[in-house]
Amino acid sequence: MSVRTEEMVLNMGPQHPSTHGVLRLELTLDGEIITKVVPHIGYLHRCFEKHCEVMSYPQVIPYTDRMDYLAAMGNELGYVIGVEKLLRIQVPERVEYIRVIMAELQRIASHLVAIGTYGADIGAFTPFLYCFRDRERILNLFEITCGARLLYNYIWVGGLSHDLHPDFVRLTKEFIKEFKPNLRELNNLLTYNKIFIDRTANVGILPLETAINFGVTGPMLRASGLKWDLRKDDTYSVYNKFDFDIPIGEGKMGTVGDSWDRYYVRVLEMEESLKIIEQAIETLPDGDVTSAIPKKIKPPVGHVYSRVENPRGELGYFIISDGSTSPFRVKVRAPSFVNLQIMDELCRGHLVADVIAILGSVDIVLGEVDR
Amino acid sequence: MGLLDKEFSDGNILITTTEDLFNWARLSSLWQVGFGLACCAIEMMATSASHYDFDRFGVIPRPSPRQSDVIIVSGTVTLKMALRVKRLYEQMPDPKYVISMGSCSNCGGPYWEHGYHVLKGVDRVIPVDVYVPGCPPRPEALLEGLLKLQEKIRYESITKKKNEVV
Amino acid sequence: MKSFEEIVEILKNYFSDTSIEPKSDVKFEPYIIIPPQEIDKVCLFLRDNSELYFDSLVNLSAVDDFNGQKIKDEQGNEIMQGGTMSVYYHLESIKYRHKLLLRVITERDNPVVNSVTSVWNSSNWHEREAFDLFGIKFLNHPDLRRILMPYDWEFGYPLRKDYQNPEFYQGMKVPY
Repeated sequence: MSVRTEEMVLNMGPQHPSTHGVLRLELTLDGEIITKVVPHIGYLHRCFEKHCEVMSYPQVIPYTDRMDYLAAMGNELGYVIGVEKLLRIQVPERVEYIRVIMAELQRIASHLVAIGTYGADIGAFTPFLYCFRDRERILNLFEITCGARLLYNYIWVGGLSHDLHPDFVRLTKEFIKEFKPNLRELNNLLTYNKIFIDRTANVGILPLETAINFGVTGPMLRASGLKWDLRKDDTYSVYNKFDFDIPIGEGKMGTVGDSWDRYYVRVLEMEESLKIIEQAIETLPDGDVTSAIPKKIKPPVGHVYSRVENPRGELGYFIISDGSTSPFRVKVRAPSFVNLQIMDELCRGHLVADVIAILGSVDIVLGEVDR
Repeated sequence: MGLLDKEFSDGNILITTTEDLFNWARLSSLWQVGFGLACCAIEMMATSASHYDFDRFGVIPRPSPRQSDVIIVSGTVTLKMALRVKRLYEQMPDPKYVISMGSCSNCGGPYWEHGYHVLKGVDRVIPVDVYVPGCPPRPEALLEGLLKLQEKIRYESITKKKNEVV
Repeated sequence: MKSFEEIVEILKNYFSDTSIEPKSDVKFEPYIIIPPQEIDKVCLFLRDNSELYFDSLVNLSAVDDFNGQKIKDEQGNEIMQGGTMSVYYHLESIKYRHKLLLRVITERDNPVVNSVTSVWNSSNWHEREAFDLFGIKFLNHPDLRRILMPYDWEFGYPLRKDYQNPEFYQGMKVPY
């Protein structure tokens, strides 16, 4: 007797608790096995690139914040570096140091959200609360620096909007001291949790060749085993003055490049970021942070591609100037946008429940995917 | 429950109006649709996480709109998303409430002028009860918005006809 | 690691009958202009050549050059006739650490470029985005649909400089 079978199409999102925003996935299923995933994006397309063409150069900075809203400092940094390249401005040493401190604090905050929500997606709700407790302390540090919790408009072309608060260094040191044991606690709670490992190890394996061909960057690429970090490989700001490692996936719990590796690279990266912050705070030079801010920003005709290592991967700005006070065109190479393309490749052959585990390990921010 | 336990341990009778009782019950357990749109959703998450603890107001995120009382529109509503938001709202059972969180869903926010794909205010598709300003609003601001909504529910009447919002 | 001149030299030797036009007199990043019908072949060569080995496409950006003739349409809006559109390709070799910028120039009124999706999968969504926002058609693309705008959007390509926003979309007022 022959049984008639057919594939089923299942819709996931745009309102779904674990799609990290308004992503819609169209899953084609053969029983419980996934045969195809089609991501539908654009539910948060906020016309960033159009805004760049009508705003002046400094006015674009608040809009960059709103792209990857979990890593606003990193977005500002990338854009500002691009404009400074066009203008050929040399910024003071102190500004660079503060920028690095902020970008690394932001990386920790962003990874904490990534890890916390990843745990929550898979069914462990407690780590989410632990992560947000620590993230809240970083947000307090940002708040005393520039008054905003999430979207800062802090890094300006040629400088910063404010100097550090007198208490900042002390509070940051306190935070680092208290965060280190918390990180160990998090490892015991989630990273080496048997259920968590069973859900993530050997799930969604990403071979290195595929990763490079799909343009995947950031922790995802490193989890596949390539030591590639723009902070070291195409260094910017003052990252070359600090000593830190680039963690890569080793397949400790399964295969190199599985979801657990992608998760664990983020945990290790937080430790490295702590190292950078410690060094930067120890050697923080004096100086005026607003002295190099140009009165009028009018770059010469030309184009420049600036890129930084954001928590999610390589964030690039392709800025074309036509000699006026607003950019002629800004194209953003958003890491999440490129990383999300690989969903189909990763999910095929897995079970429906694994989609959540894989999507969480890709760690997307829809504001950046859709811009 | 310490205080109430001692007060009402012997099966006392409470005299109140049904209206007050229903309103009190409604405002103390507002279940929200677990649904985030943009940057404000992160602040909404922060509000429900450890530091600000939304739970103490009876606000629990529910994954399905059919089990929820309030939808917090947290972030930019785009044209592509607008009809989905409307559908979510229509799936919620009555009585239902809407909190518009952040400038974007209030009026388009920073995208009001050149945002070719941004809906300039979620009130163009669904009726809004409370607007919370800010870009993004702090968790305290969202809590304040929730308190305002509770106040509104407290003085609602089920016998008098509610003004229909078009 | 190869310098820009060396890469141009290798390309010119291999593609002797294609116009490879290097532009190194620009201020910031030199680039090579490639004809739109040849870009996929050139890219395939750049990826597979053992000396160059550009294994990753970092970025693909479409640009409306807006250099045609400004005319008025029936409603009195200023629109552009003629002119060109460009597509920029940022390539990088992870193995050799060299970078390259390619530029393709196509007609604005009928922009058609060969797709490079068969060379790098990462260009898939970038090209869809360029199609969505600029209306550039990529030949041989596996799945050329709108990506960011709604699938039923029929009011043109928003990132073109002369784009006019519609008054209503599905009954919703679009302007403020």
